[in-house]
Amino acid sequence: MNALLALENISIFRGPCPVVSGVTLQVGAGEFVGLLGPNGAGKTTLMRGVLGLVPASGRNSLMEHTPEARARMAAFLPQEREIAWPMPAQDVVALGRMAHPQASARKNRQAIENAIERMGLGALRERAATQLSGGEKARVLIARALAQEAPLLIADEPTAGLDPAAQIAVMDVFRAHAGEGGAVLASLHDLGLAARHCTRLVLLLKGQIVANGTPQEVLTEENLARVFHLRAHVEWHASGVIFQPLSVIDA
Amino acid sequence: MNSMRYSILIALLFILVACLFAGSLLIGPAAIGLNASIAALFHGEGEMVTLVMREVRLPRAILGALVGGALGLSGAALQGLLRNPLAEPGLIGTSSAAALGAVITIQTGLSAAFALALPLAALAGALISVGLILLLAGPRGTILTLILAGIGLSALATAFTSLVLNLSPNPFAASEIMFWMMGSLADRSMLHVQLALPFMVLGAAIMARAGGGLKALTLGEDAATSMGVNVTRLRILLVVATASLVGAATAVAGAIGFVGLIVPHLLRRAVGANPTRLLWASALGGAAVILAADIAVRIIAPDRDLKLGVLTALVGAPFFLNLILRTRRETA
Repeated sequence: MNALLALENISIFRGPCPVVSGVTLQVGAGEFVGLLGPNGAGKTTLMRGVLGLVPASGRNSLMEHTPEARARMAAFLPQEREIAWPMPAQDVVALGRMAHPQASARKNRQAIENAIERMGLGALRERAATQLSGGEKARVLIARALAQEAPLLIADEPTAGLDPAAQIAVMDVFRAHAGEGGAVLASLHDLGLAARHCTRLVLLLKGQIVANGTPQEVLTEENLARVFHLRAHVEWHASGVIFQPLSVIDA
Repeated sequence: MNSMRYSILIALLFILVACLFAGSLLIGPAAIGLNASIAALFHGEGEMVTLVMREVRLPRAILGALVGGALGLSGAALQGLLRNPLAEPGLIGTSSAAALGAVITIQTGLSAAFALALPLAALAGALISVGLILLLAGPRGTILTLILAGIGLSALATAFTSLVLNLSPNPFAASEIMFWMMGSLADRSMLHVQLALPFMVLGAAIMARAGGGLKALTLGEDAATSMGVNVTRLRILLVVATASLVGAATAVAGAIGFVGLIVPHLLRRAVGANPTRLLWASALGGAAVILAADIAVRIIAPDRDLKLGVLTALVGAPFFLNLILRTRRETA
């Protein structure tokens, strides 16, 4: 497997408490990996550690490169959709090109246009990004990450706050990115969405990986009860999965 | 926002600054005709007119452009760094610390004994404040600790300034301190230009090198870092550059408020809200505002010595209030 990310025994501490402990994980080209787990499981911290935003121990293939080189290997979509200034949407997308200071103007323009087209932002390109709706802002920021043209895309809850159609659209874009030889690592809370679109799921509980495999292998009754305290109805079909949370199991 | 429109904007601002600079040279209590002033500036020899032009008006105009440019530039940089349109150059405490240094020399009589004692002490105050703020906010400090450290240092320097005023030996020293703190460009010499220029050039050079990272910060620190921007380094460089610019400006002109706050705000839309481009537009805008205000104080009250800082505050404060109202409407 052509690994775009290789983590070995990654641990991250906040003060004396381990938030992530002993995570070993590989993400290869073509994969769309969903990172699942309850609130506080360490999903965000793990992703920030992978990107070098918080200090982490263990081996991380990305950290073997300079920050500038890393920016061309992995793009990051933080959970907060922060856009501080009323820049036109296309200028926000263009920020992704900061990772390629040596690229020609033509190459930059091409990457920006591709990202704008892929996210369907043509009509919004001149609008101030701060005045867009939540879903439009999310699309602009994803386009920004795509314009970075990094093979690995790391996204922290990219579907949070989006309407169902927009959620599916985001998942389709990520799936396409993986299909073109890239890879995506995204934290998700919608288990049904994750099961339908991800090629692999990783279940995180108290900073440790407790399951790692295909959606069918990971979303078992036992895992759902243990990690999410959830009883759910799961139906696997050739056309996809139907997932319905039913009730909370008392601890 | 394309580069063409940005170039046109910069060119227009540059022409505006050049016109106001010329206007500043032509206006003053000594009635000197247009031709006479130009002749005196370039090839006069020792006559009264030449003296007025070269020793009084020229340094005043140069300082107006420099101080305004420094305030506009550092205001835009801090707003970009803190991602807040209400940030202003005084926020990191440099101007209060510089003022404290200056006030001490007035109180002790040093400034009367040695003309450059005041600006030098002000620069020393600025230098100490930037050291303290970097120490307090730390290399890994967040933006919030930077703001809090700035507020704390500002309060401390202001308290010491009050103490100096409180203990001033006579009312004359106290009133001299009060007048200096109002901010002015009157009676400055080429020595002041020579003193301020190196620090301002240093500050501007750092901004030119580091300013590119500011636009990435639009998307937050995590996103900027993941795009290859070293946010820690950017923060330290911008604090040092701002301190250098504001310290030098305060040293030669006293405390001049609101320019660094209002100018970036006025020009933000014109540069497509790009914080890197705003730096240079704001530098030119600041220069234009200070030159215009310094002309205005000479026209409004030619014989009352209306202080520049008083005028900028009088005009700037209503602007600021309007800005708050607009922000409130936008977020409502």
